[in-house]
Amino acid sequence: MSPSNGSNGPGNPWARGPQSPPDIEELIRKGQLRLKQILPGGSGGAFGIAALLLAVLGVWTALYTVPSDSVAVVQRFGKYLKDVPPGLNWKLPMGIDKATIVPVKRQLKQEFGFGTPGATDRFQSPFPQDAQRETQMVTGDLNAALVEWVIQYRIADPAKYLFEVREPRETLRYVSESVMREVVGDRTVDEVITIGRQEIENEALVKMQELATKYEMGISIDQVQLKNINPPKPVQESFNEVNQAQQEKEKLINEARRDYNKVIPLAEGEKDQRIREADGYRLKRINEAEGDAARFTSLLTEYKKAPEVTRRRIYIETLQEVLPGIDSKIIVDQTTHGILPLLNLDAQNGEKK
Amino acid sequence: MNRSTQLPLIAVLAVLGFVLANSVYTVSEVQQVIITQFGKPVGEPVVEAGLKMKVPFIQEVNPIDNRVLPWDGSPSDMPTKDKLYIAVDLFARWRIVDPLQYFLRLRDERSAQSRLDDILGSETRNAVAKHELIEIIRTTKDRVPLRDTLLTDAERQLNMGTLVPIQKGRKSVEQEIFEAAAEKVQVFGIELLDIRFKRINYNASVRPKIYDRMISERRQIAERFLSEGNGEAARIRGNRVRDLNKIQSEAYRQVEEIRGVADAKATEIYAKAYNQSAESRDFYEFTRTMQAYKDIIATNSTLVLSTDSEMFKYLKGMSPKDAK
Repeated sequence: MSPSNGSNGPGNPWARGPQSPPDIEELIRKGQLRLKQILPGGSGGAFGIAALLLAVLGVWTALYTVPSDSVAVVQRFGKYLKDVPPGLNWKLPMGIDKATIVPVKRQLKQEFGFGTPGATDRFQSPFPQDAQRETQMVTGDLNAALVEWVIQYRIADPAKYLFEVREPRETLRYVSESVMREVVGDRTVDEVITIGRQEIENEALVKMQELATKYEMGISIDQVQLKNINPPKPVQESFNEVNQAQQEKEKLINEARRDYNKVIPLAEGEKDQRIREADGYRLKRINEAEGDAARFTSLLTEYKKAPEVTRRRIYIETLQEVLPGIDSKIIVDQTTHGILPLLNLDAQNGEKK
Repeated sequence: MNRSTQLPLIAVLAVLGFVLANSVYTVSEVQQVIITQFGKPVGEPVVEAGLKMKVPFIQEVNPIDNRVLPWDGSPSDMPTKDKLYIAVDLFARWRIVDPLQYFLRLRDERSAQSRLDDILGSETRNAVAKHELIEIIRTTKDRVPLRDTLLTDAERQLNMGTLVPIQKGRKSVEQEIFEAAAEKVQVFGIELLDIRFKRINYNASVRPKIYDRMISERRQIAERFLSEGNGEAARIRGNRVRDLNKIQSEAYRQVEEIRGVADAKATEIYAKAYNQSAESRDFYEFTRTMQAYKDIIATNSTLVLSTDSEMFKYLKGMSPKDAK
């Protein structure tokens, strides 16, 4: 008989108001009087009390409040009547009207493969081995992966939520698990674990929304978020090996590049140096040649004027310059012959030394 | 009126109230109701929600759920066509469309669920045994996976980073199970709305093999990374030697070219100056020889000179005739 959700339980101040003692006595007295008028006779007192209790119960069950994040769905004799916005409301008492509070504005979530204390929903198993089973998936390249995820949803249509499907939240869990496996089953293990996360979230969201709409659960799914995605435990180490090998590869390449960089720019500089030096040689060579040529031409001009004398002069000057520097000079008469045997060249050299 | 007239009135009212309470009943939005008389269904099932009347006492109200109901199969191990044992967990949604039939054949939901267990269980086994595992895992036939840029062509040829091709896919296997089962549950007044695979997993006995394969795949990739690293490093070292030789030899070539040009130019200049005439050639020869003497005759040379020479001819006499 009592309203399903206790929204107008004993804590409700409105229900307590009319119960204050003077009022009751007054009511009883008035009620008795009236009853006596209607039903003259000795049993008027009993009727009065019964009628009064009914009245109190009526007020008690007629009032209810709807929290600000919810609406109430009212059924009259079981038939859907209306949605009631937040606030204090009346309904017909004694189980004629039934109000069910549905938190339509609250963001609800379901977790898969893990449980945050206090955030788990009623249909999530508290046992770790069940959580483990929720995460185990087979990928499209027939590998295995462990996927944890969260869905955020709202109750979009309270009437549908209550009347179309029994346990919509349980069904939502099934839908979510089924869709996630469908999406993961179409992907490679690499996509699932590393590169395809965003895509999986998007596709799972779209598919879950499609199903939620098709099933008329009155639920709208706002978000699908992937949490931890891991390879199965026995395989994890080999996945780490791949990461390490990747790092090692980078290291090897970087070291080789270091050696390269140590040598090549230097060689380039040295090359430029040598080319510049060669260029210097070229300039020097040409300038010198031109200088020599100019000198020779000038000399030649003068020589032509008096060749004999100039020639003699140069000859004598040269010899004069050259001969004093020579330690051993032997001047022989042109008529003397065979002097060579007389000369002990080695001995002469020896003496000098 | 007196007490003796009041009592029967109260009694009549009470009896009327009792009869009324027994002849009205409510039907919720989530219900449909079968009225039975001495256990036998009477009239059409009541599907409209609201306040209803019945014959008191002799008719009974049997509410039957009107909503879409979940069926959650318990996971069971079964082999696929490729002899892999997998644990399959299915869920289905159904609703009671013919409450009378349902009421007569099954009476309550527990027996309905157990019929569904039987029928869906065996249809699932049939369908799974007819298909290879991948047909149940994958959905989209022509999906091209995102390529991990780290994978090489060699590994792609080993089917790493690629999806195993399928003929039909998960949806069509689900459809097969659904069609087979939907027909069989019709007789119970049940409509099967759809079925979906909830979980498909490797059986515990298969798992180690799958893991071993995954490990060997990963190891293969790790080894490739290492050898790629070493290979690339070797390539860079080769580049270093090549580039070094190239730079140095280029430098040599350019230096020699420049020097050659320089020497040629100088030679040209000299030749032009010295080769003006016979006289200039003669003069060059003479001056150059003179110049060379200065360098080639050193202090430790021994010079044997004749008095016949131009320089010493006067040692023998001063007249030009003697000098001849």
